[in-house]
Parts: sequence; C-alpha cells; structure tokens
Amino acid sequence: MSTSTVDVHPDPHGPGDEHGHDGHGHDDSHHQHHFTTMEQQFDTSKIGMWLFLATEVLLFGGLFVGFGLMQARFPGEFKEAHEHLQRPLGALNTVVLLISSWTMVMGVLSARTNQRKKLVIFLLLTILCACIFLGVKYFEYSHKYEEGLLPGHYYKHVGDKIHDASGHPSPGYATFFSFYFMMTGLHGIHILVGIILLAWIAVRGNRGEFNSSYYTPVDLVGLYWHLVDLIWIYLFPLYYLIT
Amino acid sequence: MSEHTHNPKAEAAVYAKTLVTLLILTAITVGASYINFGAFNVVVALTIATIKATLVALFFMHLLHDKPVNGLIASAGFLFLGLFLMFTLLDFDSRENLQPRNLPTVIAPPPAAAPATTPAPAPEHH
Repeated sequence: MSTSTVDVHPDPHGPGDEHGHDGHGHDDSHHQHHFTTMEQQFDTSKIGMWLFLATEVLLFGGLFVGFGLMQARFPGEFKEAHEHLQRPLGALNTVVLLISSWTMVMGVLSARTNQRKKLVIFLLLTILCACIFLGVKYFEYSHKYEEGLLPGHYYKHVGDKIHDASGHPSPGYATFFSFYFMMTGLHGIHILVGIILLAWIAVRGNRGEFNSSYYTPVDLVGLYWHLVDLIWIYLFPLYYLIT
Repeated sequence: MSEHTHNPKAEAAVYAKTLVTLLILTAITVGASYINFGAFNVVVALTIATIKATLVALFFMHLLHDKPVNGLIASAGFLFLGLFLMFTLLDFDSRENLQPRNLPTVIAPPPAAAPATTPAPAPEHH
C-alpha cells in the first residue's frame, strides 16, 4: 500500500475501453499476479462484495421477518407505538441518506475519471451526510429514552391503551421498541462503519492512489454505502409511515 | 468495469435524475402516509420503497450496466428473503393463537377488543 509507487496520470484508455485489449499499458502497480488482467481482478472483487451484500440483506431480512411477525401478532400495539416516532425526522434522515448516495456515486465517477479533488470533496460530503444522519438519530434516541420508550423490560412508558388480562401494558409495546432499537441500531452501526471506510478511502484518494485503471476500493465502499441507504429505504416506511 | 464511461457528463446527469426521482418518491410516500388506504397502507408504502430500492440498485449500484452475475447474486439474496418471509407468514396465518403456554396470564386477543382502557376481566380458564 505504499503511495510512492502509484503514479497518477490521466489514462486515455480507461477501464471501460478495455474490451478487446489485454490490459497492457495501464497502471499495473495494483495488479496482483494471480489475475490475468486488471479488469478480471476488479470483477472478482466486485463479485465478492456482492456476495457480502447478499448476506447483509439476509441479516437485516431476518429482523424484518421478525418485525412482520410481531406486527401481525400485536397490530394495535404497533400502530400506537409507531406514533411515538417523529415522521418529519425520519423523512429528513431519508433525504439525507439519499443525497449521500448521490454524493457517493459522484465520488466513484470522479475516481474513474481521474478527478482527485472532486473525489475527495464528494467523499467528505458523504461523510457529512452520514454525521447528520447520526445526529438526528441521537436526537430521536434521547427523546425515546426520556419517555421510557425502551426495549424489553426497560420499557417504562405510561398511558398505553392496550393491557393484558392482569392490567399490565401489553408486551406488544416493548416488543415494538425492541425491534426499533435493534434494527435502527444495527443500521446505525453500519453507518458508523461506513464513515470509517469513507474516511479511509478519502485519505487514500487524497494521496492520489485512485485513477481510472484502479479505483476498486472506492467502488466497493460505494456499493456498501448504497446498501446501507437501501436498507433505510425499507426501514423508514415500515417504522415511521405505516399505521 | 463493463460500465460505459465514454461520457462522464451524461452519466452524472443520470445520477442527478435518479436522485431527483428518489426525492420525489420520498415526498409521495410521506404524503401518502397521511391518507388512510386501510389495508393497502402497507402495500402502497412497500411498493414505493421497492421502486426506490430498485432505482438505487440499478443506477447507483450500477446493476443496469454491470456483469449479470452481480445482479444474480443480489436477486438471489432477495429471493431467499422472500421465501423466508412467505413461509413464516403462511405459518403464522395458519395458527389461531400464538399464546405461549407457560405465561401466567392470558394476553388479550389482538384485533377486535383492542381499545380497552380499563383492565380486562380476570383470565379465563381453559
């Protein structure tokens, strides 16, 4: 990973032009010997990333299925509990994440077209959006904490409408917030990891390590970031919108 | 690297259009959530979410112009999630009561007698 070996020069034969060529005459400093061409190396990395993303879909998928099941079991409680979530804040976070996906994809485009400065700026904007997202989330979490809207037996909220036979609030409320904190929390951890990854490629991009023939890390972090956005696209309506 | 990058400006325009479409769809889904479609609330919200997710996958994640194998992997993930969800809900629908047998009190049945502000009567004995 030494930076000095990478010479950054605009490459007129970008990776998109490689059809019919064997990849010679490119910046080969990142070319590992067990791959025939840089293109093959890139495609292999990408398949690996997609396999990882498929496992991420299944990881969150299990939680979505659990949420669906408990929603079917406690429809009244879930409807009432969801009204404690602030719809405008959820919508704001959705907009912030969508914009961050755009800045990310523009960053990948900048890396591919040898625009080092633009790459760093777009990555920093993506990090900024991620921080805004977490800031809003912190605000929401502290509001839940103050009202006792917490998971499992930490649930201390008073004034709920549905009770079980012995007069206690239905366990459906605590279940809702168990799922809420588990799913948005796991998603928030993904945002945190994303910030670290984005900072890492921003530093490397600033050193000039990426160009049209080698930008694999930018592309793969981009895929990860879009998946995090994609998961929120489902979390938002399920928690904030559906009554 | 099968993406066709002959014209970065055209590509940037596609990304901008994708973002605008996604923001409009967000506005629509938030607006629609204030209208009550009854049982179709879930359908409306999840349909719009799926359109948004597809746009992100096709354009931001480049699946539209990418090698088919990546799209295949992504689709497989969602396919198996669909199977998981479908069979779980089929199982749920075929049961009359999910009440665990070891709970000391009987939980009031969910839908019909929902808004009971006063504590429900003593537990029934089966």
